[in-house]
Amino acid sequence: MGVLEDKFPDNILFTNADKFLNWSKKSSLWYMLFATACCGIELMQAGAARYDLDRFGTLFRASPRQSDLMIVAGTITHLMADRVKRLYDQMPAPKYVIAMGSCANTGGPFFKDSYSVLKGVDKIIPVDVYIPGCPPKPEALIEGIMKLQEKIMKGKNLVKK
Amino acid sequence: MEPKKIYGILSEKFSGKMKQLQENTFPASIFVEADAVVDVCRFLKKEDGLEFLSLICLSGVDLKEQNKMAVVYHLGSMKHKHTISIKAELDRSNPHIPTVESVWPVADWYEREVYDLFGVIFDGHSDLRRILMPEDWEGYPMRKDYVYPKRYHTWDV
Repeated sequence: MGVLEDKFPDNILFTNADKFLNWSKKSSLWYMLFATACCGIELMQAGAARYDLDRFGTLFRASPRQSDLMIVAGTITHLMADRVKRLYDQMPAPKYVIAMGSCANTGGPFFKDSYSVLKGVDKIIPVDVYIPGCPPKPEALIEGIMKLQEKIMKGKNLVKK
Repeated sequence: MEPKKIYGILSEKFSGKMKQLQENTFPASIFVEADAVVDVCRFLKKEDGLEFLSLICLSGVDLKEQNKMAVVYHLGSMKHKHTISIKAELDRSNPHIPTVESVWPVADWYEREVYDLFGVIFDGHSDLRRILMPEDWEGYPMRKDYVYPKRYHTWDV
Protein backbone atom coordinates (compact mmCIF):
# COMPACT_ATOMS: atom_id res chain seq x y z
CA MET A 1 0.00 0.00 0.00
CA GLY A 2 3.04 2.28 0.19
CA VAL A 3 2.23 5.92 0.91
CA LEU A 4 -1.31 5.21 2.16
CA GLU A 5 -0.16 2.86 4.87
CA ASP A 6 -1.13 3.84 8.39
CA LYS A 7 -2.87 7.01 7.17
CA PHE A 8 -6.40 5.74 7.79
CA PRO A 9 -8.17 4.01 10.70
CA ASP A 10 -8.52 0.20 10.65
CA ASN A 11 -12.13 0.11 9.39
CA ILE A 12 -11.18 1.50 5.97
CA LEU A 13 -9.85 -0.76 3.26
CA PHE A 14 -9.03 -0.34 -0.39
CA THR A 15 -10.24 -2.50 -3.25
CA ASN A 16 -11.56 -1.92 -6.73
CA ALA A 17 -15.23 -1.63 -7.52
CA ASP A 18 -15.42 -4.77 -9.67
CA LYS A 19 -13.86 -6.88 -7.01
CA PHE A 20 -16.21 -5.53 -4.37
CA LEU A 21 -19.32 -6.05 -6.47
CA ASN A 22 -18.24 -9.52 -7.50
CA TRP A 23 -17.47 -10.41 -3.92
CA SER A 24 -20.94 -9.36 -2.84
CA LYS A 25 -22.51 -11.34 -5.69
CA LYS A 26 -20.62 -14.52 -5.02
CA SER A 27 -21.17 -14.40 -1.27
CA SER A 28 -24.93 -14.36 -1.46
CA LEU A 29 -25.84 -16.86 -4.15
CA TRP A 30 -29.43 -17.59 -3.24
CA TYR A 31 -30.66 -20.57 -5.17
CA MET A 32 -34.18 -21.41 -6.13
CA LEU A 33 -35.84 -24.50 -4.68
CA PHE A 34 -36.20 -26.44 -7.89
CA ALA A 35 -35.79 -30.19 -7.98
CA THR A 36 -37.46 -32.50 -10.47
CA ALA A 37 -35.79 -35.87 -9.83
CA CYS A 38 -33.32 -37.78 -7.67
CA CYS A 39 -30.66 -35.03 -7.95
CA GLY A 40 -33.03 -33.03 -5.78
CA ILE A 41 -32.36 -35.44 -2.92
CA GLU A 42 -28.64 -34.75 -3.16
CA LEU A 43 -29.40 -31.04 -3.35
CA MET A 44 -31.39 -31.27 -0.13
CA GLN A 45 -28.60 -33.26 1.46
CA ALA A 46 -26.07 -30.61 0.41
CA GLY A 47 -28.24 -27.98 2.07
CA ALA A 48 -28.68 -29.98 5.27
CA ALA A 49 -26.47 -30.05 8.36
CA ARG A 50 -23.70 -32.37 7.18
CA TYR A 51 -22.61 -30.44 4.08
CA ASP A 52 -24.15 -27.12 5.11
CA LEU A 53 -24.31 -25.04 1.92
CA ASP A 54 -25.19 -21.99 4.02
CA ARG A 55 -21.53 -21.45 4.86
CA PHE A 56 -20.96 -20.34 1.24
CA GLY A 57 -23.76 -17.81 1.52
CA THR A 58 -25.99 -20.00 -0.64
CA LEU A 59 -29.39 -20.55 0.84
CA PHE A 60 -32.62 -21.52 -0.77
CA ARG A 61 -35.48 -19.26 -1.67
CA ALA A 62 -38.90 -20.54 -2.58
CA SER A 63 -39.47 -17.89 -5.23
CA PRO A 64 -37.60 -17.22 -8.49
CA ARG A 65 -37.98 -13.48 -7.89
CA GLN A 66 -35.70 -13.63 -4.86
CA SER A 67 -33.06 -15.96 -6.27
CA ASP A 68 -29.79 -15.48 -8.16
CA LEU A 69 -29.04 -19.07 -8.99
CA MET A 70 -31.09 -21.82 -10.54
CA ILE A 71 -29.82 -25.31 -9.80
CA VAL A 72 -31.56 -27.52 -12.36
CA ALA A 73 -31.56 -30.73 -10.35
CA GLY A 74 -33.20 -33.48 -12.34
CA THR A 75 -34.83 -34.61 -15.55
CA ILE A 76 -36.59 -31.93 -17.58
CA THR A 77 -39.41 -33.12 -19.82
CA HIS A 78 -40.78 -31.15 -22.75
CA LEU A 79 -43.85 -30.47 -20.65
CA MET A 80 -41.64 -29.01 -17.90
CA ALA A 81 -39.29 -27.16 -20.24
CA ASP A 82 -41.69 -24.29 -20.86
CA ARG A 83 -42.03 -23.83 -17.10
CA VAL A 84 -38.27 -23.91 -16.58
CA LYS A 85 -37.89 -21.18 -19.15
CA ARG A 86 -40.60 -19.10 -17.52
CA LEU A 87 -39.02 -19.51 -14.09
CA TYR A 88 -35.67 -18.45 -15.50
CA ASP A 89 -37.24 -15.38 -17.07
CA GLN A 90 -38.77 -14.46 -13.71
CA MET A 91 -35.39 -14.35 -11.97
CA PRO A 92 -33.84 -10.87 -11.67
CA ALA A 93 -30.39 -10.35 -13.20
CA PRO A 94 -27.61 -11.14 -12.43
CA LYS A 95 -28.68 -14.75 -12.66
CA TYR A 96 -26.77 -18.00 -13.00
CA VAL A 97 -27.66 -21.58 -13.85
CA ILE A 98 -26.04 -24.79 -12.68
CA ALA A 99 -27.01 -27.95 -14.57
CA MET A 100 -26.76 -30.67 -11.95
CA GLY A 101 -26.50 -34.31 -13.01
CA SER A 102 -26.58 -36.18 -16.30
CA CYS A 103 -30.23 -35.49 -17.08
CA ALA A 104 -29.86 -31.74 -16.89
CA ASN A 105 -26.57 -31.88 -18.80
CA THR A 106 -27.50 -34.08 -21.75
CA GLY A 107 -30.66 -36.03 -21.03
CA GLY A 108 -28.60 -38.73 -19.30
CA PRO A 109 -30.16 -42.22 -19.40
CA PHE A 110 -33.02 -40.86 -21.51
CA PHE A 111 -30.76 -39.58 -24.26
CA LYS A 112 -31.55 -42.25 -26.83
CA ASP A 113 -35.06 -42.26 -28.30
CA SER A 114 -36.93 -40.74 -25.41
CA TYR A 115 -40.07 -39.02 -26.59
CA SER A 116 -40.62 -36.93 -23.50
CA VAL A 117 -37.26 -35.83 -22.08
CA LEU A 118 -35.40 -32.65 -22.99
CA LYS A 119 -31.84 -33.57 -24.02
CA GLY A 120 -30.00 -31.07 -21.88
CA VAL A 121 -31.27 -27.93 -20.22
CA ASP A 122 -28.80 -25.81 -22.22
CA LYS A 123 -31.17 -26.12 -25.17
CA ILE A 124 -33.52 -23.66 -23.47
CA ILE A 125 -31.53 -21.57 -20.97
CA PRO A 126 -27.82 -20.58 -20.77
CA VAL A 127 -25.86 -22.77 -18.35
CA ASP A 128 -22.80 -21.57 -16.39
CA VAL A 129 -21.61 -24.75 -14.70
CA TYR A 130 -22.23 -28.40 -15.58
CA ILE A 131 -21.91 -30.99 -12.82
CA PRO A 132 -21.59 -34.58 -14.07
CA GLY A 133 -22.89 -37.53 -12.07
CA CYS A 134 -26.01 -39.57 -11.71
CA PRO A 135 -26.69 -38.09 -9.25
CA PRO A 136 -23.62 -36.02 -8.25
CA LYS A 137 -22.58 -36.23 -4.61
CA PRO A 138 -23.07 -33.16 -2.43
CA GLU A 139 -19.30 -32.57 -2.61
CA ALA A 140 -19.61 -32.30 -6.40
CA LEU A 141 -22.42 -29.79 -6.05
CA ILE A 142 -20.31 -27.75 -3.62
CA GLU A 143 -17.42 -27.82 -6.08
CA GLY A 144 -19.79 -26.68 -8.82
CA ILE A 145 -20.90 -23.76 -6.69
CA MET A 146 -17.25 -22.87 -5.96
CA LYS A 147 -16.50 -22.97 -9.70
CA LEU A 148 -19.41 -20.60 -10.25
CA GLN A 149 -18.01 -18.30 -7.55
CA GLU A 150 -14.66 -18.31 -9.38
CA LYS A 151 -16.47 -17.41 -12.57
CA ILE A 152 -18.33 -14.60 -10.87
CA MET A 153 -15.06 -13.17 -9.50
CA LYS A 154 -13.76 -12.87 -13.08
CA GLY A 155 -16.77 -10.83 -14.18
CA LYS A 156 -16.61 -7.16 -15.17
CA ASN A 157 -19.44 -4.98 -13.89
CA LEU A 158 -18.53 -1.44 -14.83
CA VAL A 159 -17.04 -1.77 -18.31
CA LYS A 160 -18.64 -3.15 -21.41
CA LYS A 161 -17.37 -6.62 -22.22
CA MET B 1 -61.39 -68.60 -9.06
CA GLU B 2 -59.79 -70.37 -11.99
CA PRO B 3 -59.57 -68.42 -15.28
CA LYS B 4 -61.40 -71.22 -17.07
CA LYS B 5 -64.32 -70.93 -14.68
CA ILE B 6 -64.42 -67.13 -15.06
CA TYR B 7 -64.39 -67.54 -18.82
CA GLY B 8 -67.21 -70.07 -18.55
CA ILE B 9 -69.35 -67.68 -16.52
CA LEU B 10 -68.64 -64.85 -18.93
CA SER B 11 -69.36 -66.76 -22.12
CA GLU B 12 -72.63 -67.95 -20.60
CA LYS B 13 -73.66 -64.40 -19.73
CA PHE B 14 -72.30 -62.65 -22.83
CA SER B 15 -72.61 -65.23 -25.57
CA GLY B 16 -71.04 -64.10 -28.82
CA LYS B 17 -69.03 -61.32 -27.22
CA MET B 18 -66.23 -63.52 -25.88
CA LYS B 19 -63.54 -64.46 -28.37
CA GLN B 20 -61.07 -66.71 -26.62
CA LEU B 21 -59.22 -67.54 -23.41
CA GLN B 22 -55.45 -67.48 -23.40
CA GLU B 23 -54.01 -69.24 -20.38
CA ASN B 24 -50.27 -69.06 -21.05
CA THR B 25 -50.08 -65.44 -19.92
CA PHE B 26 -50.09 -64.09 -16.40
CA PRO B 27 -52.74 -63.21 -15.55
CA ALA B 28 -54.76 -65.30 -18.02
CA SER B 29 -56.25 -63.20 -20.80
CA ILE B 30 -59.80 -63.10 -22.02
CA PHE B 31 -60.35 -61.54 -25.44
CA VAL B 32 -63.53 -59.51 -25.61
CA GLU B 33 -65.37 -57.61 -28.33
CA ALA B 34 -64.66 -53.91 -27.88
CA ASP B 35 -68.31 -52.81 -27.76
CA ALA B 36 -69.08 -55.19 -24.86
CA VAL B 37 -66.19 -54.13 -22.67
CA VAL B 38 -68.17 -51.88 -20.28
CA ASP B 39 -70.87 -54.47 -19.63
CA VAL B 40 -68.30 -57.21 -19.11
CA CYS B 41 -66.30 -55.03 -16.72
CA ARG B 42 -69.37 -54.01 -14.73
CA PHE B 43 -70.42 -57.64 -14.47
CA LEU B 44 -66.93 -58.68 -13.32
CA LYS B 45 -66.98 -55.98 -10.66
CA LYS B 46 -70.49 -56.52 -9.32
CA GLU B 47 -71.04 -60.28 -9.60
CA ASP B 48 -70.81 -62.30 -6.38
CA GLY B 49 -67.85 -64.63 -6.41
CA LEU B 50 -65.90 -62.50 -8.91
CA GLU B 51 -65.83 -59.00 -7.39
CA PHE B 52 -62.92 -57.50 -9.29
CA LEU B 53 -63.01 -54.29 -7.31
CA SER B 54 -59.64 -52.99 -8.46
CA LEU B 55 -58.47 -52.03 -11.91
CA ILE B 56 -54.76 -52.69 -11.40
CA CYS B 57 -53.62 -51.41 -14.77
CA LEU B 58 -55.06 -50.25 -18.04
CA SER B 59 -52.63 -50.22 -20.92
CA GLY B 60 -52.45 -50.04 -24.67
CA VAL B 61 -50.62 -52.26 -27.17
CA ASP B 62 -49.78 -51.41 -30.75
CA LEU B 63 -50.12 -54.55 -32.88
CA LYS B 64 -48.84 -53.02 -36.08
CA GLU B 65 -48.17 -56.35 -37.82
CA GLN B 66 -51.82 -57.34 -37.46
CA ASN B 67 -52.99 -53.79 -38.18
CA LYS B 68 -54.66 -53.68 -34.78
CA MET B 69 -54.56 -51.77 -31.54
CA ALA B 70 -55.29 -53.44 -28.21
CA VAL B 71 -56.41 -52.18 -24.83
CA VAL B 72 -55.61 -54.40 -21.86
CA TYR B 73 -57.39 -54.26 -18.50
CA HIS B 74 -55.66 -55.95 -15.55
CA LEU B 75 -58.23 -56.69 -12.90
CA GLY B 76 -57.73 -57.91 -9.36
CA SER B 77 -59.87 -58.94 -6.46
CA MET B 78 -58.59 -58.41 -2.94
CA LYS B 79 -61.43 -60.48 -1.51
CA HIS B 80 -61.04 -63.60 -3.64
CA LYS B 81 -57.32 -63.14 -4.42
CA HIS B 82 -57.63 -63.75 -8.14
CA THR B 83 -56.56 -61.73 -11.15
CA ILE B 84 -57.52 -61.69 -14.79
CA SER B 85 -56.80 -59.56 -17.82
CA ILE B 86 -59.36 -58.46 -20.36
CA LYS B 87 -58.13 -57.63 -23.84
CA ALA B 88 -59.99 -55.80 -26.55
CA GLU B 89 -58.62 -55.47 -30.06
CA LEU B 90 -59.44 -52.40 -32.12
CA ASP B 91 -59.05 -51.19 -35.66
CA ARG B 92 -55.63 -49.52 -35.88
CA SER B 93 -56.61 -46.77 -38.28
CA ASN B 94 -59.53 -45.58 -36.16
CA PRO B 95 -59.26 -46.98 -32.61
CA HIS B 96 -62.41 -46.34 -30.58
CA ILE B 97 -63.52 -48.05 -27.37
CA PRO B 98 -66.09 -47.08 -24.72
CA THR B 99 -64.71 -45.77 -21.44
CA VAL B 100 -64.84 -47.84 -18.25
CA GLU B 101 -64.74 -44.70 -16.10
CA SER B 102 -68.27 -45.45 -14.88
CA VAL B 103 -67.09 -48.82 -13.51
CA TRP B 104 -63.75 -47.85 -11.96
CA PRO B 105 -63.24 -44.06 -11.55
CA VAL B 106 -59.46 -44.67 -11.56
CA ALA B 107 -59.72 -45.42 -15.28
CA ASP B 108 -59.88 -41.67 -15.91
CA TRP B 109 -56.12 -41.09 -15.85
CA TYR B 110 -55.22 -44.53 -17.24
CA GLU B 111 -57.33 -43.85 -20.29
CA ARG B 112 -55.87 -40.40 -20.71
CA GLU B 113 -52.41 -41.98 -20.71
CA VAL B 114 -53.38 -44.56 -23.33
CA TYR B 115 -54.95 -41.81 -25.40
CA ASP B 116 -51.82 -39.69 -25.00
CA LEU B 117 -49.34 -42.38 -26.03
CA PHE B 118 -51.35 -44.55 -28.45
CA GLY B 119 -54.14 -42.30 -29.71
CA VAL B 120 -56.95 -44.63 -28.68
CA ILE B 121 -60.19 -42.62 -28.37
CA PHE B 122 -62.23 -43.56 -25.30
CA ASP B 123 -65.83 -42.71 -26.20
CA GLY B 124 -67.74 -41.04 -23.37
CA HIS B 125 -64.64 -40.11 -21.37
CA SER B 126 -65.24 -37.03 -19.19
CA ASP B 127 -61.92 -35.28 -19.82
CA LEU B 128 -59.93 -36.84 -22.65
CA ARG B 129 -56.79 -34.68 -22.78
CA ARG B 130 -53.11 -35.50 -22.98
CA ILE B 131 -51.63 -36.26 -19.59
CA LEU B 132 -47.86 -36.79 -20.00
CA MET B 133 -46.98 -34.98 -23.20
CA PRO B 134 -47.58 -31.27 -23.85
CA GLU B 135 -51.07 -30.42 -25.11
CA ASP B 136 -49.82 -29.26 -28.51
CA TRP B 137 -47.62 -32.31 -29.12
CA GLU B 138 -48.13 -33.97 -32.49
CA GLY B 139 -48.56 -37.72 -32.90
CA TYR B 140 -48.66 -40.56 -30.41
CA PRO B 141 -45.14 -41.50 -29.25
CA MET B 142 -45.65 -45.17 -28.35
CA ARG B 143 -46.99 -46.14 -31.78
CA LYS B 144 -44.53 -48.28 -33.70
CA ASP B 145 -44.54 -46.05 -36.77
CA TYR B 146 -44.07 -42.85 -34.77
CA VAL B 147 -41.50 -40.45 -36.21
CA TYR B 148 -39.76 -38.20 -33.70
CA PRO B 149 -40.12 -34.51 -34.49
CA LYS B 150 -36.95 -32.48 -35.05
CA ARG B 151 -38.10 -29.41 -33.19
CA TYR B 152 -40.64 -28.53 -30.54
CA HIS B 153 -41.44 -24.90 -29.67
CA THR B 154 -38.03 -23.21 -29.68
CA TRP B 155 -35.69 -26.12 -29.05
CA ASP B 156 -34.37 -29.28 -30.70
CA VAL B 157 -35.96 -32.48 -29.52
